[in-house]
Amino acid sequence: MSHDGNGTPHWFDDDAGPVVRPYAMTRGRTSSASQHRLDLIALVVAEQGVDEAGADRTLAPEHVAIVELCQDTPQSVAELASELDLPVGVVRVLVGDLADDDLVHVSRPVPPAQLPDESILRDVISGLRAL
Amino acid sequence: MVIGRSGRRKPPVEPVTLKMLVAGGFGVGKTTLVGSVSEIRPLRTEETLSEAGRPVDDTEGIEGKSTTTVAMDFGRITLREDLVLYLFGTPGQDRFWFLWDELATGALGGVVLADTRRLEDCFAAVDYFERRGIPFAIGVNCFDGAERYPADAVRGALDLDDGVPVVLCDARDRESVKEVLITVVEHAMNRAAAEREPATT
Repeated sequence: MSHDGNGTPHWFDDDAGPVVRPYAMTRGRTSSASQHRLDLIALVVAEQGVDEAGADRTLAPEHVAIVELCQDTPQSVAELASELDLPVGVVRVLVGDLADDDLVHVSRPVPPAQLPDESILRDVISGLRAL
Repeated sequence: MVIGRSGRRKPPVEPVTLKMLVAGGFGVGKTTLVGSVSEIRPLRTEETLSEAGRPVDDTEGIEGKSTTTVAMDFGRITLREDLVLYLFGTPGQDRFWFLWDELATGALGGVVLADTRRLEDCFAAVDYFERRGIPFAIGVNCFDGAERYPADAVRGALDLDDGVPVVLCDARDRESVKEVLITVVEHAMNRAAAEREPATT
């Protein structure tokens, strides 16, 4: 594994696309069986007491990378995709795997089709003012 | 590889996350706007399109290309330890609008950025938010050298419903962008309040 921060050595041309194709990382799956479709801002939180996910041979490097990123601060699906340079669809599948294995859990954002609480909106306004 | 030596560690705070969309025509300053207020440099994420893109994508001449990717810019604003607002720039091309549906689900509201020199570029975004009933405000990005129009003229030209706020702004300026975002949230609140009223009387 390289240590340039992205985990990918840059010996190939970007135009070539990823050497490992997205469908290979998900073993051909385009969606996760157990999960609802994860929202882009759903937060992925590593479960407490998950030690040495890296030692788990059943996990792909991408799985391990996700657990590591979520270890200290919960990360949104969008952030994970951006951070790992993976398509959102791939991250959704991988996060689904991790949730099935109880290595992470996902906190759901405010349910769709319903505006957040008025008190939350007020907090957003005062938060923005205070920036 | 350090993967946490947890067990004792205090569980991390799980904030409430909200999202707001930033829409508008190509080159109107969506990414600039996101960058002005985001605490992280605007990130970019890609959605791989294969099935969904196939019927529309004209791949003549590039038949080898079987997937299309579309990028979305986004930024993050941590309002409080337990409250985080994400801003998503919507993909510009009309044919990626099915992606908007996913973005728009659960969104708090939207900003439609407009350029008075190419006002028609934002018609589609206005239309989209109106049809979905998503609260939005128009941010008129005042480009250097572009003629200034009063907010009411823009409102008329866009044939907006009463109550849709129109704000003149500078997408490069943090304070100005904050004002636009606050306007959207206030508008969302007012609308929610107005919708509740008939139910109680």
